[in-house]
Amino acid sequence: MNILVLMKMVPDIVEELEIAPDGKSLDVEAVRPIVSERDDHALEQALLLKEKYGGTVTVLAIESRDVDEVLFTALAKGADRAIKVAAGEAILTAAEAAALLARVLPAVPNLMPVQLLVTGCQAIDDLDGVVAPALAERLKLPYLGIVTGVEVEADGSRATVFKEYAGGTRGRYGVCLPAVLGVQAAPKPPRYVPVAKVRATMKSRTIESVEAPAKEEASLLEIVAMTKPEAAGRAEMLEGSPEEVASKVAEILSSRGLA
Amino acid sequence: MAGNIWVLAEHWRGRLSDVTLELLTLGRELSGALGTQLEAVLLGHGAKGLAAGLAADGVLSVDHASLAEPNPEASCLALAALIEQRKPRAILVPLSNVAADLLGLLPSRLEIPLVNFCRDVHAVDGRLEARCVLYGGKLEVTVAVADGPAVIGVLPGSRPASAAPASAPPVTDVPVELPGDLRVRFEQYIDPEPGDVDVTQQDVLVSVGRGIQTQDNITLAQELAEALGGAVSASRPVIDQGWLPLTRQVGKSGATVKPKLYLAAGISGAPEHVEGMKGAALIIAVNTDPQAPIFAVAHYGYAGDVLEFLPALTAAVKARKA
Repeated sequence: MNILVLMKMVPDIVEELEIAPDGKSLDVEAVRPIVSERDDHALEQALLLKEKYGGTVTVLAIESRDVDEVLFTALAKGADRAIKVAAGEAILTAAEAAALLARVLPAVPNLMPVQLLVTGCQAIDDLDGVVAPALAERLKLPYLGIVTGVEVEADGSRATVFKEYAGGTRGRYGVCLPAVLGVQAAPKPPRYVPVAKVRATMKSRTIESVEAPAKEEASLLEIVAMTKPEAAGRAEMLEGSPEEVASKVAEILSSRGLA
Repeated sequence: MAGNIWVLAEHWRGRLSDVTLELLTLGRELSGALGTQLEAVLLGHGAKGLAAGLAADGVLSVDHASLAEPNPEASCLALAALIEQRKPRAILVPLSNVAADLLGLLPSRLEIPLVNFCRDVHAVDGRLEARCVLYGGKLEVTVAVADGPAVIGVLPGSRPASAAPASAPPVTDVPVELPGDLRVRFEQYIDPEPGDVDVTQQDVLVSVGRGIQTQDNITLAQELAEALGGAVSASRPVIDQGWLPLTRQVGKSGATVKPKLYLAAGISGAPEHVEGMKGAALIIAVNTDPQAPIFAVAHYGYAGDVLEFLPALTAAVKARKA
């Protein structure tokens, strides 16, 4: 069972996000990049499958700031191989990234075909596309998204895949392999790996680098403006120490018969 | 002639989704402004009866056994064929767990634009302009939608739901051939075991998010919920960590709740969460980040640490009762 996990960096939204001087894009210099949360779940799902059925897990990411740490962390967690696609300075949109990956993956030495290609079912910046289904279409592979569990048949020809619906209901699907799956959540929380182990991995392992051909992709969308959300309907903000605010809130609740 | 505005009539387990009815209101506005027709697209099997609830100028119905339950492969093939035949101007697709896979596949198959995470769409001088929510609601972009078919994924809450029409719209049956050997097959639904608490039936919910930091800290929320006679619910990150069962989740993949009080503790307010709780009568939000999107839907907000605030409020509530 050979599994490819695609990972990408997104801005940490716990930090303040600033708009670039062009008024149309994010100020990427001011951003703290972190791995897209769903991609981390996709890696966990892949590692769980490897533990259960054997095989290999390869992680692959398009080069961007701080991505090395994410790839080394994946190796420290149990991935067998890490690959970085050097695609130049430009920051690709989701649709552009999918197009690039569809071209690059078949050219990576000793990689394709894999039985499963997994990545997050979406990312917080998927404006013009969603990587997993877009890539599935381009590679002509079947796709299922919002996945919360995978089991594989002994001969590796087919997977039973669980897809999340509303209210805790799941759908069970049969999917022919090879396939692309968009992971919402792994059956277990992503594993923790100590920083010391990641540091040791940086010394003992290497990340392979693949040069991507010149950029041919272009987003079909035109962004006119980027703005902070309008403040309309904004909460009345309460000020003071936690105790002072708690006292005000208790009064509000009391006036409504809630406390 | 410019193409029509289409709404994908999403239905699940025999029922049209609320967001479909909202999109019909939005689609009517757009088709009116552009001088075109509004058509609903109904993909299913034996689901044509749902057409009577669709306030559109017409319904395009594709009936096929492979479309009986959500199947991204089958629905993408069917809708792609329909779009190539009829060239709509735009297809409004609900952003939900039912339609999300189709939304991601369709634009790549047809090599047409996708506009994702829309909260609003307007017609401006004969062109469509979409407002989209990015980075979990922290920033928005305005996008010019090119002429020709475009797939627009719209978040719940864009417009009020349309009422069912006085008379059923005309239904056009569109035959579509689908391969017999689909690579993705639906097998069955697995409904959750009933949880210890039904969060949809609570008057008071103290809901915890990433800001609660550890599983042990959930006790702080539990103590407040007990003092208020309510229960603890949670946003996605807390459930993903396995700190609370799936039955406590509020939002797109969890429950939609309308309590008298929803106290959001350390929840940032991503659109997927907000759609499950925005109907609460009173929303009080506490988050260390004063720019958190949750403050746009809350009635009262406090930019502070939930770990300090929760025990303080529990004490204040108990003091009032004493």
